[in-house]
Amino acid sequence: MPNDPAILTQDLGRVYKLRGPKRKEDAKELIALDGVNLTVTRGELFGLLGPNGAGKTTLIKILTTLLLPTRGTAQVDGLDVTREPQEIRRRIATVSGGETSGYGLLTVEENLWMFARFYGLDTPVAKQRINELLEVVGITDRKRTKISDLSTGLRQKMNFIRGFISDPDVVFLDEPTLGLDVTAARQVRSFLKEWMAKHPDRTLLLTTHYMAEADELCGRLAIIDRGKLLAVDAPLALKHRLQREAIFNLKVAPLGQRPDNQEGGIEAVPGVRQVTVAEQDGATELSLILEGDDALAGVLAHLSRRGSGLISLEKREPTLEDVFIDLVGRRLDVDTTQQGNGTHE
Amino acid sequence: MTLTPSRRGLWLRVLDLPAVRRNDGLRSFLVATWLGWQIESNWADPFLFAIYSVVRPLASVMILVVMYSVITQGAFSQPIFPYIYLGNALYILVGQIITGVSWAIIDDREHYRVAKHLYTAPISGYTYLFGRGVARLIIGTISVGITVGFGMAVFKLPIRPAAIDWPLLLASTALGVAALAGLGLIIGAWTMTMARHFWSVGEAVSGAMYLFTGAIFPIDILPAWLRWIGFIFPVTYWLEAARRALLGPGAAGFTTFAAFSNAALLGILAAFTAALLIGSVFFYRWALDNAKEKGLLDMESGY
Repeated sequence: MPNDPAILTQDLGRVYKLRGPKRKEDAKELIALDGVNLTVTRGELFGLLGPNGAGKTTLIKILTTLLLPTRGTAQVDGLDVTREPQEIRRRIATVSGGETSGYGLLTVEENLWMFARFYGLDTPVAKQRINELLEVVGITDRKRTKISDLSTGLRQKMNFIRGFISDPDVVFLDEPTLGLDVTAARQVRSFLKEWMAKHPDRTLLLTTHYMAEADELCGRLAIIDRGKLLAVDAPLALKHRLQREAIFNLKVAPLGQRPDNQEGGIEAVPGVRQVTVAEQDGATELSLILEGDDALAGVLAHLSRRGSGLISLEKREPTLEDVFIDLVGRRLDVDTTQQGNGTHE
Repeated sequence: MTLTPSRRGLWLRVLDLPAVRRNDGLRSFLVATWLGWQIESNWADPFLFAIYSVVRPLASVMILVVMYSVITQGAFSQPIFPYIYLGNALYILVGQIITGVSWAIIDDREHYRVAKHLYTAPISGYTYLFGRGVARLIIGTISVGITVGFGMAVFKLPIRPAAIDWPLLLASTALGVAALAGLGLIIGAWTMTMARHFWSVGEAVSGAMYLFTGAIFPIDILPAWLRWIGFIFPVTYWLEAARRALLGPGAAGFTTFAAFSNAALLGILAAFTAALLIGSVFFYRWALDNAKEKGLLDMESGY
């Protein structure tokens, strides 16, 4: 099925029924995915950006046949996830960051060999791939070490190898560099780029918290929040969306009380589209997306009324983080499993 | 294990056969059997493992022997003694197989946290679980052998190897083991759909069956309204057939199954086994779909 998209979802939805603490009547419903329409073409390294609780992992679970959707359809490599799961499993692999799974009594080599066997690889091929991939992630010397004796980072590297050992057509990478040190994360990103260059017909779906990683790796990105896709485009095209806006970073003295209870926060100043606030080193850092430079005067006046002086001001080009804030209304590191609107002032 | 070709064992050669590599069910079973053996045999060094394998079943049977001795004032020559001793020895397999198969689901999900990698791999979950139970079957069989041998040597159990009805013993044991594996799979599949209290399901079922299957007393002793429980468990028929095969006419001292010929016992056992295995296939599929629907397949409850 070479002309089929690698991943196709139509009106995909998933609702979880959450049990109440005591009685069945206390059960609630959580909408994890809400009408997701997504097409990832073969050969793409596609990114999925969203805060915790946005629905990324639920989407991956459905696509990897671990979870059934409650509405809509999903296909991987032209195969339906509900009707043809076994065929899909022959073609996919998953790698999750921060993962320390594995049979602790087995060595690294035995664990990897066993998974290679589950995918039907014979021993010489499995051995060759294990050696190649151990070399790539730099843990060849740990080949005969028991998993239980590995550090968290090394276990994660082993799981990364496990994901690629079957030479899959579609790989789902859920935060693959989470918890890795800088060097290891760079090695992983290099490997992913090389792997895609060597296998132009393969597809990678990557979820990540790291904007720079998404920017560096992904040909296209989808931004997801509260189960809905908010935008799908190339990183550059997403950033171009904000070129008409003015983006400022302001460092100011800590904000005082609003002088007038009738007056709103900074987000209520005319021309302010989005604002995020962070306290650092006794100062307040504001990241502002304004409809134009003109709006800055209103912001400064607002700050002045609240007794806050300007320490520094920087105008900069839009980043993916700005795109995310513009679309979602808060920073990526805000957990949407909690109620409320994150860092809005 | 080493993967160097010069030291590859028979097991690896079997796994490399094209027919095995292509067949999901066979491949899953054989790799899971290898994995199960690694897990069961590698948790201690070989010396400790050997001691554990011998001492555990003997300690278990000695508790019963001491209780019997106190109550009957050492009447080891009564026909009830070999009945109890053999029932208890053979029952080791019940716990090992039922919990061996069902525990694998919990172990993979909660302990090793590999459930999602297994369920996203092209394996047959059904035969994988059977494979995981094989190691327990092997260990259980060794334990049964040691316990029976100990009974023959120390308590003079009336078992003469030359007089054993081997076809009956092997056929009934094969059917009994298959029935237990089917039951273990049903319990295992059930645990897939549960978030908590699943630890004890396998042990609870095998513990309950201990009372109702005639393992330590003839089920005639039970009140009439409880006897039917024993009659619907295939283990009851397996224990009866295995005792007859091992003890010969000495096993017929109780009237429970006196009217049943060996062939009738095997026939009933075969029918129950077939029903359990077929039922387990359907139940496993239902439980898998149910777990996928509820998102429980890779759940880690932390219990």
